[in-house]
Order: sequence, then C-alpha cells, then structure tokens
Amino acid sequence: MNPLLRRLRADLFATPADGALSLGLIALFSAAALGLVQWASQKAQWAVIQANSTLFAVGRYPEAQQWRLWLLTALLTAATGLSWGLLRSHPRADRDGQLWPRNDRLVLGLLAAVAVWLPWALRLAPALQSRWWLLAALLAATRWLAGRFGSHLSRPMLRLFPLVWPLLYLIGMVLISGGLGLMPVSPSQWGGLLLTLLSASFAILLCFPLGVLLALGRRSDLPLLRWTAVIYIEFIRGAPLITLLFLGQNILGFLLPGGLAPDRIWRAAWVLTFFAAAYLAEAVRSGLAAVPKGQAEAARSLGLSYPQTLLRVVLPQALRVALPAMVGQFISLLQDTTLLSLIGLLELLGVARTVMANPEFLGHNREVYLTLALLFWTCCAALGLGSRALEKRLDPQTLSRSATRP
Amino acid sequence: MLLRMSFRPTRAWALPLVLAGLLAGCAQDGGSGVQSAKLSMIQGRGKLVCGVDGKLPGFSFVGPDGRYSGLDVDVCQAMAAAIFGDASKVEFRDLNSSERFAALASGEVDLLSRNTTMTLSRDAPGGNALSFAPTTFYDGQGMMVPAASGITTLKALAGKPICVESGTTTELNLADRMREIGVAYTPLKFQTGDQTYAAYLGGRCIAVTSDRSQLAAKRSSFPNPGAHTLLKDVMSKEPLTPATTNADPAWADAVRWTVNTLIQAEELGITKANIASKLTEAKANKNQADLRRFLGVEGDFGKQLGLPADFVVKIISAVGNYGEIFDRNVGPGSKLQLDRGVNNQWTKGGLMYSPPFR
Repeated sequence: MNPLLRRLRADLFATPADGALSLGLIALFSAAALGLVQWASQKAQWAVIQANSTLFAVGRYPEAQQWRLWLLTALLTAATGLSWGLLRSHPRADRDGQLWPRNDRLVLGLLAAVAVWLPWALRLAPALQSRWWLLAALLAATRWLAGRFGSHLSRPMLRLFPLVWPLLYLIGMVLISGGLGLMPVSPSQWGGLLLTLLSASFAILLCFPLGVLLALGRRSDLPLLRWTAVIYIEFIRGAPLITLLFLGQNILGFLLPGGLAPDRIWRAAWVLTFFAAAYLAEAVRSGLAAVPKGQAEAARSLGLSYPQTLLRVVLPQALRVALPAMVGQFISLLQDTTLLSLIGLLELLGVARTVMANPEFLGHNREVYLTLALLFWTCCAALGLGSRALEKRLDPQTLSRSATRP
Repeated sequence: MLLRMSFRPTRAWALPLVLAGLLAGCAQDGGSGVQSAKLSMIQGRGKLVCGVDGKLPGFSFVGPDGRYSGLDVDVCQAMAAAIFGDASKVEFRDLNSSERFAALASGEVDLLSRNTTMTLSRDAPGGNALSFAPTTFYDGQGMMVPAASGITTLKALAGKPICVESGTTTELNLADRMREIGVAYTPLKFQTGDQTYAAYLGGRCIAVTSDRSQLAAKRSSFPNPGAHTLLKDVMSKEPLTPATTNADPAWADAVRWTVNTLIQAEELGITKANIASKLTEAKANKNQADLRRFLGVEGDFGKQLGLPADFVVKIISAVGNYGEIFDRNVGPGSKLQLDRGVNNQWTKGGLMYSPPFR
C-alpha cells in the first residue's frame, strides 16, 4: 500500500469511531469550503474591491505623487531579492546549501502568479498591471543576480549589506512624507494598507528597544529605575489600547498648545509604540528570567564588563527564548492597528468602512471584509514565517553545527 | 486663545490681522464687525479643518478617487468656498460620535459637520457649549414598507408585525408614537441592524423602522430598492446640524450665514449652473437690489461676517444651492432616493427657511 494512504488510514480511520468522526469533519469542512468558493465566484460582486483598489492600497494619497510609492515598492522588492539571493549564496547550516531549493522556486512562482493574476482580476489599468509584472521580474532578477554573484562579495561588504534595510526605511519615510525637494504629502492623506504597514512597522521597530530597556529596568537594582519601569508597564497594561488612543487623540490637544501636538497619525503611532513596549518588556523579562544566573556570573568572572555581559551573553540568549512571544506581540500589534479606524484614521479597516458607506457599494460588506481578512492574513503569515526562519537560525543546535563547520 | 497663537508662527501673524481688522472696523462705521479670531486663524492656516463622520452613506464617505463626498461634506466645502473662494481648501477629519465634541472644543476641528442632532444640552453653555448653525437635514424616525403592501399611514399598521432593533431609542419612539395614535402592533425585536433588515426582507414583518436616512441607505442595498417605500410619517425629531463652539460667536455667524446662503439661493432659484448669468444680471440691473445685495454686488454683507464680499457667489459656484446638494447626495440624484419631505423649502411646505439677507 502507498505510504501516504497507510499514514492517512492510521491517522484518520484507525477505529470505526475515528473514521466516522473524520468523515463527518471532512464533509463539514468541504461543504464550507465549497460554499465559500461558490459564493466568491458566482454571487459575490467584486466591483467594490476593483473600483476602490487604490483606496485600499494607499488611501487618499494624491495620484500625482503615487509614483513615489511605486519607487519605494521597487526598492523594497530589489532589497528583498538581493537579501534572499545573498542568504542562499552563502549557505549556512540551517539550509541544505542549494542555490535554488524547491521552496524558493515555489515561492517565486507563486508570487509571480499573484503579480500577474491579481492586477488582472482587479481590472487595474494596463500601465499599472505591467508595473506589477515588472516588480515580479525585478524580484526574480535580483534574487538570481545575488545568488549567482553573491559569493564574490567580500566579507565586509556582506556584513554591511543588512544596513540597506534601515537605510531603506529612512528613504521610504522621505518618499512617503515628502521633503528634500519632494512635494510634502500630509499624513492625513495616508491610508489603507500603506498606513497599516507604516504604523505597524514604526511601532514594531521602536517598541523593541524600548521594551528591552523596560525589561532591564524592571530587573535593575536601582529602585528608582525599577519602580519607574514597573509603574509604566503596569499603567499601560492596565488600560485598554483604545482608551490610550483616545487619550492621545483628544487629551493631547488640550494639554499642548495648538500646533505643538504632533499630527494625529504620529500620535496614534506613538501610542501603539508605547503600548506594545510594555507588553514586549514582559516578554523580554521572561526571556531574561530563563537565562541561568551562572551565565552572567561566568561572564563577569571572565572579566567582561556589565554592558559586555549584557550584550554578548545574557541578551542574545534571553531574546532567543523570548522570540516566539515577541513575534506574537508584533502580530497582535499589526492587528491592533485596526483600532485606528475608531479614532477616524483611514487605515485598512477605516477605508473598508468608508467604502461600505459609499451609496454605490452599499450592502457589499462580505466582499470587503473577506478582502480585509485575506490582506491581514497575508501580512501576519509573512511575519510568522519570517520569525520561524529566524528561530531556526538562532537555534543553538543549528548554531553549534554551523560553528563546527570548517 | 492668544496664548495659543503665540506658539505658532502662522497664528502669530494672524494677530496683527485681527488688530488691523478691528481698526478698520472702527475707522469705518464705529465697530460694526469684529473679525473672528478663529476665522483669522483659518485664513492664516490656508485651509479649513472640518469634522465629519466619514462612514455615513449620503452624508460623508470617501469615493474611489479618494475624494470625500456627501451632504455633510458639501457644507464643509461651502464654508471653504466662502472663506477662500476655493472649495478644495478643506481638510476632513473623520470623527466618531464619542470624540466629536472634544475635537471641536480642543480646536482639532474648526467646524463639526457630522450628522449631529441639535439638542438643548448640546447647545447650552452648561452642556456641550456648542453653537449650532441652521439645520442641514431634518432626519427622524421613519417607517419602511413594501410598496406592494399598499400601506401609506401608520394607522394601517394596526395588528401587523413591525421589525425593530431592540434596546434602542428607535424601539422606545415606536412604542410611544403608536400608543399616542392608539395603534396596537406586534414588535419583532432583533439584536442587530443586520438581523432586523434580514427579517424584514424575509417577510417576517410588514414594516421596519429606523431613522429615515438610514432606512433609505439600507433600501438602496436591497435587491430591488424600488419595491420599498418610506411612509410620510416621521416619529421623532433628529435635526442634523453643523456646529461650532460657543467660544467664538463671530465664527459661528460666518458658518450660520454660509448655511443660510445655501437655503436662500434655492429660494431665489440661483443654482450652480445659472450663478454666472445671475451675477451678470445683478450687475447690469440696478433695480434688483435684493439680488445685488445677496450676490455682494452692493452692500457689505461679506465684510460684516469677515468673509469676502462675493462669498455667496463663491459658495454657489462651488457646491450649488441646498436643493442641489440634497438631490445629489441623498435625493433623487443619488442611490438613497429620499424625497424632500420636511427638508423642502418653506415655500413648498418644508422647514428650510433662511432669514432675510438684509
């Protein structure tokens, strides 16, 4: 018998009761899946998504300036392709050392298929459709280029390459908001996926250092530091995010003289950051607690200074332990950005709600919410995948294997 | 206010403007007009910040091109046209119902045009201390029935099942009103709006009740909107009204007379299409004193309000008169298909009445 069939039989149909349960569940799920597919292909009217695709993507970003976002997307795509290719051209122990493993080909093919199909299905203008194809081609080309010639790069170059990402973030900020000769685009015009990703990435990037500092503060021997951290963390954790967001939006206007308060989008992004930092601090603290005391003591007795002990011995181990919890925090942070719609910002959910209020598209809530769910799922899945790859790489077993490699 | 201004360059230079306005006012006719500090600030900033709902069919939403539209939005644009002669110089802020008054009080928005019902406690200094402009939409609880049922009055609903969302003021209003007119009915209560309308469409009740604007919006999403009608009866008062704060009466006046302009223009038959020819007519014919004053050809209405002399022309050229705004956003020109009802001109039996421009 085929091993797959044998496996299925052992797993799903071991006893008559198991078999009945399996059959029932299979029937239930396939009925649901069939219903969904039938509805999506026949009954649903996707015009609401097609007509508003720009709104979902970038909100009210002025059309004449949207080339900046395309440029940014192209830069990000190229950076992704290069990083990806370089990782493959410098095999480590956590990979089998192939330049084009099957998964990579699969992912690239899938992305290309989506880049071709989705713009067509959304009936984007031909010029926009071809841009997506170009992006897919750019990803494949940079991935190939870096994979093919990456091994010729010198080690310092390779070390410096990851700096491309923070640099890109800064460039992206300038491209999005303007300045340096570009026409400024006020944050009130940012929206859709752009605003969701921007506020989430801003909060994720900044809450991480803040969270680590808070966690260290909470374990500090200095009472002032410790109590500040404790009070901060407990205050933030004791208040629902939506309350803090309202506080940021409405109270700041009263407290600060008009004009001094930052734009409401930045206020919201900072509130998200401060909120996430408190939770992240606890995740990091759990990681710190998991590092045996002996580690720090051993480092100290070897003559390492306190910062050295922290940065070279304790934190790397602590963060590795805390990684799953931290990524969970990041994912929920991404989803928390939907609360921004309640304070009147047009992020993904806000755009969805205003689209559903357009008299032209009334009553198409299901199409809109399904699209939203797919978008969020894609973003969260990407985060989850990335974190799993990182976990695997930081796994002590993998590390030790790569260290013993000649 | 002055303290705030000093922190911001754009506002700081609005101060001499105020003083200049004051002096000019005094010099001419003994202080008839005091320039509003808020208005000066808006002029200095170069745009009006307007609070809207942003998610309400027919009143405010963002279209596929990223532009706001709706009845509430048009009021904001009329105000921007009055101040700047350019309806696009307005920034919209989506506000939810719990933060709208705080946003107005803290100065986050200059004008609240967000389907807000005018009530005593919101108007009073001891309450929300708002200053209300004239009402731009008289909403109220209505009743929707299938057109085929032949029902035209509330009385005809005697003994029939009516779908209503439970735990809402809608439910209480329905009970009060029906008791008043002595009609016994069977309420079918549902937890959510979706359930309520699904039950109505499923034929479980002969009528469904909610605010008329909401009924119209729901109706437009039905498979066959034409098969449902709204009864003429209105069971509650929901005058949706633009608002500013009590703090700056001069600014409130500018808003009040901008809304009045929309209503008055409809009464005078001045539309977006014919405003240019009306203006030429007024300029040519010295006998049309009313029209000349209204359009700013003579007199100083604009100056008294702190607005440009031709603010009426700018408003109507930008958004049209009230009737046009109504038609375009919630009336026959829209999917909502609401009839004018009480929102008609007073000359046609409605409540839209502008005090004279004199």
